[in-house]
Amino acid sequence: MKERKKLTFWETVKRQWSLVVGLKVTGKNYIKPQITTHYPRQTVDNISTFKGHVQLVGKPKQPDVAKCICCMLCVTSCPSSCIKVVKMKPPKEDPIPEAAAPKDMPDAAQPAKQAPPKAKAPKTPVKWTLDFNLCSLCGTCVEVCPVKSIEYSNDSYLAGYSRKDFEYDLLADLKERAAKMPAPAPKKAPKAVEKETAEQAEA
Amino acid sequence: MLKFDDQILGDAYCRHFERGPDDDTMVINMGPQHPSTHGVLRVVCELDGEYIKRAEPVLGYIHRMHEKMGETKTYWQFLPNMGRVDYLHAMGWAHTYVMAVEKLGGIEVPERAEYIRVIMTEMNRISSHLLWWGAYLLDLGAFTPIMYAFADREIMLDIMQDPTGSRLTYCYHRFGGVLKDLSPAVLESIRDWVKYQRERWPMYKDLVTDNVILRGRVENIGVIDKDMAIRYGATGPVARGSGINYDCRKNEPYSVYDRFDFDVPVHQEGDAFARYLVRVEEMEQSLRIIEQALDQIDKAEGKHIVKKAPKPTYKAPAGEVYMATEGARGKIGIHVASDGSKTPYRIKLRAPGYCNLSLFAELATGTILADAVSILGSIDLVIPEIDR
Ligand code: SF4
Ligand code: SF4
Repeated sequence: MKERKKLTFWETVKRQWSLVVGLKVTGKNYIKPQITTHYPRQTVDNISTFKGHVQLVGKPKQPDVAKCICCMLCVTSCPSSCIKVVKMKPPKEDPIPEAAAPKDMPDAAQPAKQAPPKAKAPKTPVKWTLDFNLCSLCGTCVEVCPVKSIEYSNDSYLAGYSRKDFEYDLLADLKERAAKMPAPAPKKAPKAVEKETAEQAEA
Repeated sequence: MLKFDDQILGDAYCRHFERGPDDDTMVINMGPQHPSTHGVLRVVCELDGEYIKRAEPVLGYIHRMHEKMGETKTYWQFLPNMGRVDYLHAMGWAHTYVMAVEKLGGIEVPERAEYIRVIMTEMNRISSHLLWWGAYLLDLGAFTPIMYAFADREIMLDIMQDPTGSRLTYCYHRFGGVLKDLSPAVLESIRDWVKYQRERWPMYKDLVTDNVILRGRVENIGVIDKDMAIRYGATGPVARGSGINYDCRKNEPYSVYDRFDFDVPVHQEGDAFARYLVRVEEMEQSLRIIEQALDQIDKAEGKHIVKKAPKPTYKAPAGEVYMATEGARGKIGIHVASDGSKTPYRIKLRAPGYCNLSLFAELATGTILADAVSILGSIDLVIPEIDR
């Protein structure tokens, strides 16, 4: 450590003056209007761009059914393994009656000679869960989804009593949101309904 | 067991840390809960009264095995980890990692994306330095500055939240580009913010830089000379505060940094105050870079932000690559070795804070405890990055 050099009187005064200058800054800021938010009585308004937990997107015509086609790309890309997608089971196969095949078809085209084609599983998820405790909010699942079935929610004020509260069943969540959504306007709305909605909007 | 005489300074684990031959010394722990150790750094000190005889940083309280995780996750899946290695300069780390993988796989990056990366990385550098500025003064006992620093930083975070969606652990970079374009509204708000931030520097200077109390606490404290900085491999503001004119952005230009005109602040004194000044001046230089990038971004070729993104199951060709960039704390280095599979064979992260912290044992010896706090803060530690 170097020795501190001896200060002259004026140097000392100059140094003390820096405290007055600093105090002036504090004073100026003291009389400025408050910039903090009084949470929870007030909340901030920039939530729309916030990348919250992911949620499912419904089909345009059926908002309570997810667009998801169970391709599992999101499950593969998720670094935290917090997504679980379970495909719907294929319907039970009915034995195809042989008589159904037309008799006059050439042999090669006879479907009866091949194994009966397996019924394809419908591309609908029966379970789509997100364990938000593990999610790192990287957003790769949203990006890789080929049918844009996932989006970010604006949920940022999260609170719960246990980790269980953050294991979301997103299909149920989608249904819930769809139920709350205003019904899509029919093409020719009866006049009474139009009036009603207008009244509601005014209220 | 290691005897006191055999010990190498700062090089033995704490279990070997015993009291020296003097009778009247005392061994104490500074941290891991002490506020000035930023969470989880433990420093075992042997004190003779108020004077430090030996001090030894002990790591391992937040070890999260990022490097090992890199070997078990695909290239894509490892991306969010970058924001967690150094949570204050997430952009810098992500930039380095994507550049390393792009170099390995020969992935092309559109020009516009390069500019966006530079703008975001520099903004993140300023937000990191601002937080350091506030936290350092908090370590030294001043509470007001951190409030002002947070208020300014908040404006920046609001802007950065728009394209990235997050406020701290950004996962914004993608192989071959970035996640989302900067809209004209965002570009405009960045412009406004640059002007606003410029007007704030005089206030910072009046309140803190010229303040006699700060000067008393940092001038001639923790002097690192040039040799010592080189010996320990110090980089970033710590090295530049000791007169080493080295900045990756200038000396080994990457991305589009060679298109900007900016200075590298260098101070010769090597004390805590020199490091303080380097960081404060660096923020100003970052503003210059952002301004130039904003002017040039519209002239960039094409409007793509990602030209051809690799799939989540991307397999990088076999080979090795090393990429170094200038982070807020110094030189970030990422070494990726690939065997041609979906997951990297090995990932090595070179964290600047680790080398900078290793200076501490030598620096703190012989100072008083209060000065050790000044020294520790002036190194700008982010422990998760050191203890990755
Ligand atoms: S945001 Fe990332 S971590 Fe979260 S569910 Fe999607 S892929 Fe997984
Ligand atoms: S990526 Fe999209 S379509 Fe594929 S499983 Fe996930 S949500 Fe469904």
